[in-house]
Amino acid sequence: MRKFNFRFVERSRFAFILSGLALLIGIISLFVNGLNLGIDFTGGTILHLRLAEEFRMEEVREVLTPFELQGVPLQRVGGSKGSEVIVKAPHLNELTRREIISAFREHWTEMTSEDVLQVDNVGAVVGKELTREVYLALLIAAIGMILYITLRFEFKFALSAIIALFHDVFIMLAIFSLFKIEINAPFIAAILTIVGYSINDTIVIFDRIRENLKYRRKRTVKEVVNDSINESLVRCINTSLTTLIVLISLFVAFNFFVGGMDLKVFALALLVGVMVGTYSSIFIASPLWHLWGAAGDAKQKVT
Amino acid sequence: MKRRAKTSSSIFIIISLLLVVASVLFVSHWQMFLKKGLDLEGGVYVLFEAKPVGDDDLDHDAIQRAMTIIRNRIDELGVVEPTIQPEGERRIRVELPGIEDQAQAMEVIGKTALLTFVGPEGDVLLTGKDLKTAHFMRGRRSEPLVSLEFNPEGKDKFAEATEKYLGKPIAILLDDEVISAPTVQNVITEGNAMITNIPSAEEASNLALLLRSGALPVELEELETRSVGPVLGENALKLSLTAGLIGLAVVAAFMLFYYKFAGLIADISLIVYLGLVFLILSALKATLTLPGIAGLILSIGMAVDANVLIFERIKEELDGGRTVFTAINTGFDRALRAIIDSNITTVIAALVLFIVTTGTVRGFAVVLLVGIFSSVLSAIYLTRYLLRLAARSQMIKSNAYLGARGATK
Repeated sequence: MRKFNFRFVERSRFAFILSGLALLIGIISLFVNGLNLGIDFTGGTILHLRLAEEFRMEEVREVLTPFELQGVPLQRVGGSKGSEVIVKAPHLNELTRREIISAFREHWTEMTSEDVLQVDNVGAVVGKELTREVYLALLIAAIGMILYITLRFEFKFALSAIIALFHDVFIMLAIFSLFKIEINAPFIAAILTIVGYSINDTIVIFDRIRENLKYRRKRTVKEVVNDSINESLVRCINTSLTTLIVLISLFVAFNFFVGGMDLKVFALALLVGVMVGTYSSIFIASPLWHLWGAAGDAKQKVT
Repeated sequence: MKRRAKTSSSIFIIISLLLVVASVLFVSHWQMFLKKGLDLEGGVYVLFEAKPVGDDDLDHDAIQRAMTIIRNRIDELGVVEPTIQPEGERRIRVELPGIEDQAQAMEVIGKTALLTFVGPEGDVLLTGKDLKTAHFMRGRRSEPLVSLEFNPEGKDKFAEATEKYLGKPIAILLDDEVISAPTVQNVITEGNAMITNIPSAEEASNLALLLRSGALPVELEELETRSVGPVLGENALKLSLTAGLIGLAVVAAFMLFYYKFAGLIADISLIVYLGLVFLILSALKATLTLPGIAGLILSIGMAVDANVLIFERIKEELDGGRTVFTAINTGFDRALRAIIDSNITTVIAALVLFIVTTGTVRGFAVVLLVGIFSSVLSAIYLTRYLLRLAARSQMIKSNAYLGARGATK
């Protein structure tokens, strides 16, 4: 008694077109907008200070002028009347940072050291290393997964899973490029978590296909794939539901938290990733495997 | 039969209560076992890269001594539990939790100055590496002095220098600032020297301290600095813990609603899972950071997965007409392979993250790895054990107790 009987393989064209469109938009956006890389990647200095109620941005620029930083991006935190400012500057050495903070404290005399909320400085070298680490991590993870899946299943499964995976990562990048959301190190953690999450989902369905192929009786491979996805559907939905529940509560919490910009982005990236990952496991990975398997379908029937 | 059922249900209740209470107690007192990261406690984090001074080689020993000196300086600040660790071969990571005055902290660490002895012609004679130690002393007429002691290498260099510049001044520089410029009065070959003619005792003791702590064998370049105010950290902690609790409650309610009695077992497993994660993290002496907590909260959602897989399989078996006990066993066995395969592929991703990256991302990978391990462990052992106990105790009175339809066969 199965609850669902969707014909995923027959309808896979829609998913492929949808994903193709998303990828196309992503590519265009990555070319036009690029990625809004934060200081973790580019290097630079961020000062997060609490100044005073209703301070004026011009005042901040005035304070920054002697340091020739009047043109750097400034951001008021906590709405139009917020008392905090985030200054994004290129890499500043320790002495300059101290001088700037002193200058702020001279202007806003009621500021204490507690009002210096956050001072981050990342050298360009560290930023480059992070970028290198990300590529390396993705590459090694992909190779490791291909090897394991080939070992436990077969190479065509591995390839389909990895393609679905890169599809997820790419769409995450595309969305963050499209909306020009600044990304930092936590975003990388989010991407790799989604890599882990999405592959997990995909493998659960592949496991069903593997099992059903063994006891498939008179079913065609196409039917086996459809049945397998349908049988895994409740699990996929429930698991993404529980994961989404915690992520939403995390996202809402970080929205109340003024300093947690990177963490908001982190939670958002995970939210997007879990949805895309679930989608690709159901609509992309298995139909893709079937597409490649179709040529070998006749052969598979014989065995 | 009836009596056995009764025993089983007693065991079920006792074990569940015991594990849940222990886990809740342990998790709620996590601050006693786990160190809080700087982003939660506030503080200063600096990553330095050591560069060799002059022609000297940059060896392990030099890094070690540089770390000792940094530690001494920080101790004067009175920081509780600073972390000073080497990272890679030529980097030093410094973490100062709970520092309120960031400017001051930055100043002290920032003063990782370079000590040099410079001759009248501007030539570098010795560096901080050659100096073993320096002390404040009083001479025969109780005049203030600073005694210098050089290491064997420094001894030779100093002998050479004093011979060359007898009667001339040698400047001692901390970075580019001259802190003393004594005139050489004798050729000194034993590796011990005195700086005399210091106006006051206070000045002499200061000079000795500067010489001691300034004797950095390497040049330190600041690569990365992060500092978080304590208010921001506290805020972040409170919010993320609240988010975690709410998320946990909603997930638990969902499981209970969807899987009924099996959902209750999943919830017990989930709480024990959290206890297990904290236990392993404490054993690993891990530091809990904000991304770590986020990873932990995320893992709550994912930890349920193994349970969902098992329950869905059991439901299928029940729908296929098996008895509760057989359905639990076959359903479990069928789910096991998917659980293992899917989690191993996830482990591959987390493991790579752990090996390749550094810093924040790495801390997150640790939590993720511990999370996966614990969730599989709690699902495979605890969920199965409790399900079987429940079946034996006849607590599961119909298929509906496991979220399936129909009556018990």
